[in-house]
Amino acid sequence: MEYFLQQLINGLTLGSIYGLIAIGYTMVYGIIGMINFAHGDVFMVGSVVSFIVILGLGLTGGSGSFSIILALGMVVIIAMLIAAVYNWTIERVAYRPLRGSFRLAPLISAIGMSIVLQEFVRIAQEGRPKPIQPIVTGGYEIMHRAAANGTFVVTISNMQILIIISTIVLMAIFTMIIKRTSLGRAQRACEQDQKMASLLGINVDRTISITFILGACLAAFAGLMFFLLYNVTDFYIGFLAGIKAFTAAVLGGIGSIPGAMLGGMIIGLIEVMWSAYFSVEYKDVAAFTVLVIVLIFMPQGLLGKPEVEKV
Amino acid sequence: MSAAPKDTSMSNEAGKLDTLSLVKDLLFTGLLTLLILTPIVTYKTTMNQGVLVISSRWMLALALTAIVVGARAFLHLFVWHKAPSPKAAAAKPVSTLSVADRYGKYVAPGLLIFALFLPLLAYGSPWGEKRTIDLAIYILTYIMLGWGLNVVVGLAGLLDLGYVAFYAVGAYAYALLSTVYYPLWFGPGIIPWAFYITLPMAGLLAATWGVILGFPVLRLRGDYLAIVTLAFGEIIRLVLINWFSFTNGPQGIIVPKATFFGLPFKDAPGSFSDFFGITYDRIHFYIFLYYLILALALITFFVTNRLRRLPIGRAWEALREDEIACRSLGINTTTTKLTAFAIGAMFGGFAGSFFAARQGFVSPESFVYIESALILAIVVLGGLGSQIGIVFSAIAIMGSFEIFREMNFMKAILPNGTEPIQFRMLAVGLAMVLMMRFRPRGFVTRREPTVFLKEKKSVSGDLVAEGHG
Amino acid sequence: MLDWSKDPELSVQHLTMRFGGLTAIGDLSFEAGRKQITALIGPNGAGKTTVFNCITGFYKPTEGKITLHHADGKEFMLERMDDFIITQKAKVARTFQNIRLFSGMTLLENLMVAQHNVLMKASGFTIGGIFGSGKFKRAENEALDRSKYWLDKVNLTSRADDAAGDLPYGAQRRLEIARAMCTSPRLLCLDEPAAGLNPRESDELNKLLLSIRDDHNMAILLIEHDMSVVMGISDHIVVLDYGRKIADGTPNQIKTDPAVIRAYLGVEDDESEVAPLVAEALAKPVKAVKKGARK
Repeated sequence: MEYFLQQLINGLTLGSIYGLIAIGYTMVYGIIGMINFAHGDVFMVGSVVSFIVILGLGLTGGSGSFSIILALGMVVIIAMLIAAVYNWTIERVAYRPLRGSFRLAPLISAIGMSIVLQEFVRIAQEGRPKPIQPIVTGGYEIMHRAAANGTFVVTISNMQILIIISTIVLMAIFTMIIKRTSLGRAQRACEQDQKMASLLGINVDRTISITFILGACLAAFAGLMFFLLYNVTDFYIGFLAGIKAFTAAVLGGIGSIPGAMLGGMIIGLIEVMWSAYFSVEYKDVAAFTVLVIVLIFMPQGLLGKPEVEKV
Repeated sequence: MSAAPKDTSMSNEAGKLDTLSLVKDLLFTGLLTLLILTPIVTYKTTMNQGVLVISSRWMLALALTAIVVGARAFLHLFVWHKAPSPKAAAAKPVSTLSVADRYGKYVAPGLLIFALFLPLLAYGSPWGEKRTIDLAIYILTYIMLGWGLNVVVGLAGLLDLGYVAFYAVGAYAYALLSTVYYPLWFGPGIIPWAFYITLPMAGLLAATWGVILGFPVLRLRGDYLAIVTLAFGEIIRLVLINWFSFTNGPQGIIVPKATFFGLPFKDAPGSFSDFFGITYDRIHFYIFLYYLILALALITFFVTNRLRRLPIGRAWEALREDEIACRSLGINTTTTKLTAFAIGAMFGGFAGSFFAARQGFVSPESFVYIESALILAIVVLGGLGSQIGIVFSAIAIMGSFEIFREMNFMKAILPNGTEPIQFRMLAVGLAMVLMMRFRPRGFVTRREPTVFLKEKKSVSGDLVAEGHG
Repeated sequence: MLDWSKDPELSVQHLTMRFGGLTAIGDLSFEAGRKQITALIGPNGAGKTTVFNCITGFYKPTEGKITLHHADGKEFMLERMDDFIITQKAKVARTFQNIRLFSGMTLLENLMVAQHNVLMKASGFTIGGIFGSGKFKRAENEALDRSKYWLDKVNLTSRADDAAGDLPYGAQRRLEIARAMCTSPRLLCLDEPAAGLNPRESDELNKLLLSIRDDHNMAILLIEHDMSVVMGISDHIVVLDYGRKIADGTPNQIKTDPAVIRAYLGVEDDESEVAPLVAEALAKPVKAVKKGARK
């Protein structure tokens, strides 16, 4: 029981990160109907930028908790800014000119872009993983039970608390933006019908750009959290995390933002539980298998709408 | 990266250039580039005795920014805002078309003759014959893979991002059969012949896998198909890594190299050189491998070319054009898709077997996703569906890798410890993006009809559909 | 007076199709006679294309039976068959409202693709074809001849080697009919074949359809808005409104049917003074086009 509870906490933490990335996929898919294959790599850029800023600031676990929070705030802003610039540029350079081209063109361009980002970071920063000392340390024991065959402890670390709380806060802000602002309305209008939206005076290009920027901000935040959780990053994390987050987006129902978060949680839980109860080696196989099963058997996802084939 | 887009505010009036907006645009480009470069290029983190240290490279970032801004200024001043001369615009398409029409039919035979005599020509190569032939083998392997994938992506219009899985199936089929199962079944005497026995089996196994993996993805269309095939490719690789008892995991398997119909290439009695009474030279092995892969590639070429003219090939292309119309004509799209997967996979399997027999070693590392992306890039850059285009793009991509390796002069301007060869995949990625932007249908855009009544007219690429994924 | 129910090619019984809560077709029954042109008409959204999609297997009906009776006595339960099997075995061919040609393939290739199943068998499921078997060559020549015949029939021989996407709209419609005919069907379902055609083209279309009916002994099921086509060539008209049949009869019966007039103009019964005008409007084109060539 304690073991399960512990895994549940770990799974939800990881799931939050996947959920944040998944929102980027789901929003872009909703608005322009393509998989932004490079989104996982934007997450990676966010993570690497966070790492560089943290190293540049000389932030370590020894710093006082107040200065850590202040510094992390700064890191978040910088990482979001840079990732947003990346994603904006990607959309501008690799996707926008292809609108109206054939259906595979943006996907192939996105695959190319994903390679470009990975290789760019790998060349600029060397391929090796970048480890650091844990920065956010400590935690709470929430359960403690001594039994005949050992002591069972359930802990939640400060880092996990930070991830879960900040995800909730970010989601709240984000939902406000989508539901309450004219930007969100424009976005939903473009999802429904781009041509009509532009006839009604919505700047479709700008709305799409902003969608990419928002997605990048969330991905950058996820990148920082991922880095702080595992205390290591490298140029390759975007591929796997991207695929898992994409799975989450489809599982939740592509186009649905709460669905993406829900899907992220489920994928996080599956991954953690699989590692805990079956085998760590096959955890990525499990993730890919879930992807295959979801895409084949429930492509409309949990919260999505089924698509009717038009003849 | 920001050099590519045309700023919409400026392109409205082609031919006119407003200085103020030019300056604004360039400043914006510069700022954007600087933001993109600043954290990742400017600050380099290196491991120094177990501790990460950060060092700054402002000059590099500024130089790169200057290059980007300069390039954009150049494009603004000399390319984008130049009024197109009507004469050039009118003359150009006609001339390229007639050149292609007049000489197009000589391209394939010319290439074939060149390929047949390449080992002779290699003796004059400045790189030495061994390296030249090795490069040719390498290029031919990718041409063959490109032709195989072309069946799935180019003809049937199904975007497969996990093609390397079938390459892996072929390679591991050879590795496991030749090292474990054949000696077990037939005794060790079989080993020199293993390649020839395995080759058809590897193709068959890969085709079976093509069907097994193809079956569940039949209902999928578009991007989902691409992602699922990618997932399958990764699953196979991860299983190869983790199923230690079967595949020997990441360490890989050492396998016997290919033989000349049972005669091994080594300096010993009973070998190729001994049998023919010539002095042993390692180049024999390379020349043999070259003709072997050439033969395999030619088989791939002729079979796929023939298939295109058969009802099955026409059904593939029709499937790419319109699946619903296909069903309305009584075509079983399920089996049509599966045969495309199977045939594509089979050639991947052949190539995989060859790869293993050439290397003498297989490991999961050779079958990563990026390989699939590379093969896809070859097909896409060549022009979806065009076999000759694939030859050119494989030569261009693989050749450019080799050129990167040779560009030692680049070391002078590159930061310390950076080899030009490291830029090869970056170049492939950029090429994919730029091709989609400027020539989305690849080098060869026109489609040759499979049957004609009076006159064979190639179909403009604008009309050819690319399938739904 | 022809009786379609005596020897029907197609009989639709109690066909119902629901999409979620929406009933697109409700309890529809009608018959299409052998060697007759049956028109399915009705206002936009009446469910005509849905009926087609049920007959050709693209939709599985919620309820009801669709039976095809071949002249040799074979019967096919279409509601239980997959779309491509319906074309393959039951020999039903169709065209689409928004033309679906293989636009990157030549006209000839389009017609060859339509003969896929015959050629596939002849090629020994590809294996014989690869080695160039004589049987396959003969079959391919026959297929070419059939393609040429239909190209000729639709006046497109001169463009045989051009891409289908290059054709003007009217020619694309004709090519789609030719392609459907290349599957050697018993029943041809045409979804608005005259849409977007000019008067001359639609006149040619009429002749083509009559020739298909008379020279090839085909049953044709037709969805059409162009009354000159419907009234000019149909032997039998079924009128749908809101997924239900409101009238069924010969063109002359339909022209004067008050329910049809109501559905088309939305007039009440008591506003009967409009009815003659509508009847006239429906009847007018009939004079323009010579009535069917049937004796």
